[in-house]
Order: sequence, then C-alpha cells, then structure tokens
Amino acid sequence: MKHERVMKRRQFLKGTFGAASLVALAGCDNLTQSSWFPSILNKTEKLTERVQRAVTSANALAKEYGDADISKVFPANGSTDPGTEYYAEHVAKQFSEWTVEVGGLVQTPMSWSLAALKELPSRTQVTRHDCVEGWSAIGKWTGVPLGDLMHRVEPLPNAKFAVFHCADVDDEGVAYYESMALADCYHPQTILAYELNGNSLDVPHGAPLRLRFERQLGYKHAKYVMKIELVETLAGIGGGRGGYWEDLGYEWYAGI
Amino acid sequence: MQRTATPKPEETQPVAALTHEGTGAGQGHEHEQVSELGLRSEPPPLEAQAASDGLPANQSAVSTAPSASAPVIERVYRHRLPVRISHWLNVPCLLILIMSGLQIFNAHPALYWGDRSDRDQAWLSIRSTKTESGEIRGITTILGYKFDTTGVLGYSDGSGRAFPAWATVPSYKFLGMGRQWHLFFAWLLVINGLFFTAYALISRHLTRDLAPTGKDLRGIGQAVKDHVVLRHPVGNEAKRYNVLQKLAYVAILFVVAPLVILTGLAMSPTIDAAFPWLLTILGGRQGARTIHFIACFSFVGFIVLHVVQVMLTGFFNNMRSMVTGWFVVRREREGAGHEA
Repeated sequence: MKHERVMKRRQFLKGTFGAASLVALAGCDNLTQSSWFPSILNKTEKLTERVQRAVTSANALAKEYGDADISKVFPANGSTDPGTEYYAEHVAKQFSEWTVEVGGLVQTPMSWSLAALKELPSRTQVTRHDCVEGWSAIGKWTGVPLGDLMHRVEPLPNAKFAVFHCADVDDEGVAYYESMALADCYHPQTILAYELNGNSLDVPHGAPLRLRFERQLGYKHAKYVMKIELVETLAGIGGGRGGYWEDLGYEWYAGI
Repeated sequence: MQRTATPKPEETQPVAALTHEGTGAGQGHEHEQVSELGLRSEPPPLEAQAASDGLPANQSAVSTAPSASAPVIERVYRHRLPVRISHWLNVPCLLILIMSGLQIFNAHPALYWGDRSDRDQAWLSIRSTKTESGEIRGITTILGYKFDTTGVLGYSDGSGRAFPAWATVPSYKFLGMGRQWHLFFAWLLVINGLFFTAYALISRHLTRDLAPTGKDLRGIGQAVKDHVVLRHPVGNEAKRYNVLQKLAYVAILFVVAPLVILTGLAMSPTIDAAFPWLLTILGGRQGARTIHFIACFSFVGFIVLHVVQVMLTGFFNNMRSMVTGWFVVRREREGAGHEA
C-alpha cells in the first residue's frame, strides 16, 4: 500500500516535471517570437553599457600581444566577399580607386583614397578578436587611427554616432552597416585597418579597409568600409537599431 | 526580521498527517540545543515566552499521545522569507542561464585553454561529421577521444547542433536571442546573489547555518557513509543542515557562483581591457570560457543532486518549508525502521 502510494507519487512528480519543462520550453520560444518580450530582455543592454562604461576607463587599452601569439589561421566570418560587380571592379584594380568618405554632421566633409590614408600616421597593434560566437583569434592590424580622421573633419556638437557604410550586401540585398558611439572613435586602438599580419587586407577579412573596434565583439568591426557618416540618431538608418546584425537581434552595445 | 509570525493554532496541533513523508524515524536523540535555520541562536524561549512574545513556536514539541513511543511532531520555521524569495528566483534564472548558455555554446561548439581558439587545439568539441557511407553522426571529442553521441550531442532530430533543441533557449538556432535571454537572467542572478549575500551576512545565516563547524567537519566520514546508504538525518539533526549539505551550499554559493560570474565577465572584451588580470588568473579568454562551461555543469550536477535529495528526504515537507518557511520534524522516542 505504502509502496504503491510512493510509486504513484513518483510517477506524478515525474509527469509533472516533464510536462512543466515542455510547456516552459515552448513558452520560452513563444516569448522569443513575441512582439513585446524581446524588448524587455533588451533592457539589460543599456544597463550593461552604463555599468561597463562606469567601471571601465574609457581609455583602457585592449591587451596587445607579441608577434609569437598571432593565430596561424585567422578565421573570416560573416560576409567573406561582397560579391557585387562594383566591388569586383575594385578588386580587379587592386583598390587603387577606393575612397573612404567621412561626412554627415561634420564641419568639413572629407574623403581619402586608400593611398592617401596610407600616407597618414599609422598604428600597428597585435590584438585579440573575440567573435560573438565564442572563438578568439589574434592578429596584427595596421591602420589609421579613426580619431585622427575625426580631428580633421571636426564633428558638429550634435553628432553622437559614427555609422559605417559597407560594400557588402546580403542575399536579400540588405546593405551591411555598423555604428559606434562618437566617443569610441577617439579610442587610440580604434583604427581603420588596411593590413593584417603585415599584408594588405584580403577580401575575406574586409579589403581594403575595415574597422578595428577593440573592446567590442567581432561583428562591430565593419568590413569593406566605404563611407563614415556622423549622425545624431540611428533611427531611420537600415532597420534603425544601428547595424546589420543589430537589426537581426544582436545587441548594439557589444562589450560582452 | 521575520519575528512576527505568530504560531497559528494548527502549528501546535498534532500534525501526524503531515509527516508521512520520509523524515524517517528518530535515533533517540535527547532534546538538544540546536541552532535553527533562520532563527536566533539564543537559547530557545520558554514555551510561555514563545507564546507571549509572538515568536514562532520553533521549539513547540508536542506529544501526540501520552505513550512514550508516540512520535513527537515539531514545526520549525526553517527558511526565512528573504532566503525563500532568493531561492525561488534562482530557479528560473539558473534554468534559463543554463539553457541559453547551451544555445550560445552551440554557435562555436568547442572549448580551449589560453587566449586563442586554434581549431586543432580544442580539448572538447561537439560536431557533426559525415561518415564514409554518407551518414551524419554526432561526434563528441574529449581530449582526443571520440565518442559517437548521435541523437543527443552533435546531431539530433535531423540537424547538426551540439546540444539538442530540448536543452536550449530558444529551442531553435538563434544566437542573438540566446544572448539576450542569457544576459538578462545573468543580471537577475547577480542582483539576487548580491541581495542574498548581504542578507546572509547581516542576518548571520551564513555563519550560523551555512558555515560548517569543526564538529561538522570531524563528522564528515560518517556523513559520507550515511549519504551513500541514503540514511538521512532525522529529529533534531534534521533541523539543521548536515555537513555535506553545508559544504555543497557553500561551494555552489561562494565558489561556483562567483566563478561563473567572473568567467562570464572575463569573456567581455571591454572588461578585459580594463581588468587584464582577470584573464591572467582565468587561463586566457578561451580558458575563461572553458571554466564558465565547467561551472555551468557544476550547477547542473548540483541541481540534480539537490532535487534528488529534496525528493528522498520528504518532497512535500521540503517544498512546504521552502514555500511557507515551516518544516515538520518528527521524532520518535524509540528507534524504528526507515520509511521510503
């Protein structure tokens, strides 16, 4: 009798737990797809940004490694070839006519050819690239500090973000773009890189110019940069969340 | 704090019906002064004082019958409200953190030591591979040893994924939303943890109930033996945490939980720039990721053991005590056999 009761109770508990976990899992999926719940989850992005900015020094440098630490293979993720005719022409000409334009909310809009950029003082850094997927690779990047370009174009007081327009478009024709806070543009390790491990950037890694935004995850490091636009708000650009991946549900603040 | 709980009438009633769950039989302990969980450490008040002060009837042992062999039913206010709230907040937090963590892991299902993730240097990987006959198998590789884990790890329900759909949040592949779930509940866990730690220190719950005493530690051998044969403390001994329980709680609360938070933070490139020593002590960014994963499975192990113990030592009594605070201890004057 007693034994039976115990067994029944165990079955009941097992059944309850099993059913509850299935319901909970389906519930999580429903919440994920709902119109309101992700925006609640997303509240923590601002919290994370505020706290991280408060407890870390804005000028803290990401660790710089030695040449011996460089990854033998540096994976190329995301788009590895813009694949457009326009871009293919530039590849054929070895990017000799590639220019990067810096405009928007600035005193003096300017543009530089790749050759002109290479004339400017450069910075070389051996840093770790942390992908949102979880992998890390170390590479040696050479490029122009973005802050130097900012000093030349002189951002207007209402400029808050730098938006990077890129040459790649996805299968559905959506153009890739990224953005960062204007303040982060002046970080000494924020560079527009044209070399990886001593060689000109190759196509999979973002030729001819890619952003290095050390201290944030890999998807913020825009490849194939054509134009930098300073804006007051990210609304109205792309999906309005500040970047290609952000529009697909990733955080704009990718500090963690 | 929770001093206002006045003994309700039924609390001093013989509640034999509530005690059918296996708190087991007494071992003939004499009534001794024990420090109750969530209660003051001063000597227990006299019965009369307890009533007039409105204190919980923590020592209200009531004989159900004049017979010497009849069980003594005691209701103990075992868990205070802050502990209960904190405990139940941990349940969704940990479940969602574990499952959304597995979703994130699935995006790069391999673990390494050091700062780099050189593909040939993984100590663990869970991937799908095609056999010569064209069949897809899930292969888990640990320190070079390969295991076929098709159906659960590497390949399940017709898709190549490290952890199966039933173990991840969301169940389908979606790294971006997995991260949003994870970071939201990570904040909740941290806030809850800070709240609990502050409470445990201020209320002395930590020093009184959780920290093992010298006597506890000397009895560790016996405690291990008792656990192996599923002999659980009864009577007065059941009112306090036993030494293995204390060690498990202290380890999970003050070793594993801080470690999981620190290794989580150490995966943040922003945090690493400001606090480079974090990665130095945690074995690099990939080392931190590895420790984070191991800590996660320490939680899984803890939860399994915890739930099993809750069931074995009287599921409804334990649940009641973590919901209402009140725990029933039954002591018998004479030894008797074990129940369930």
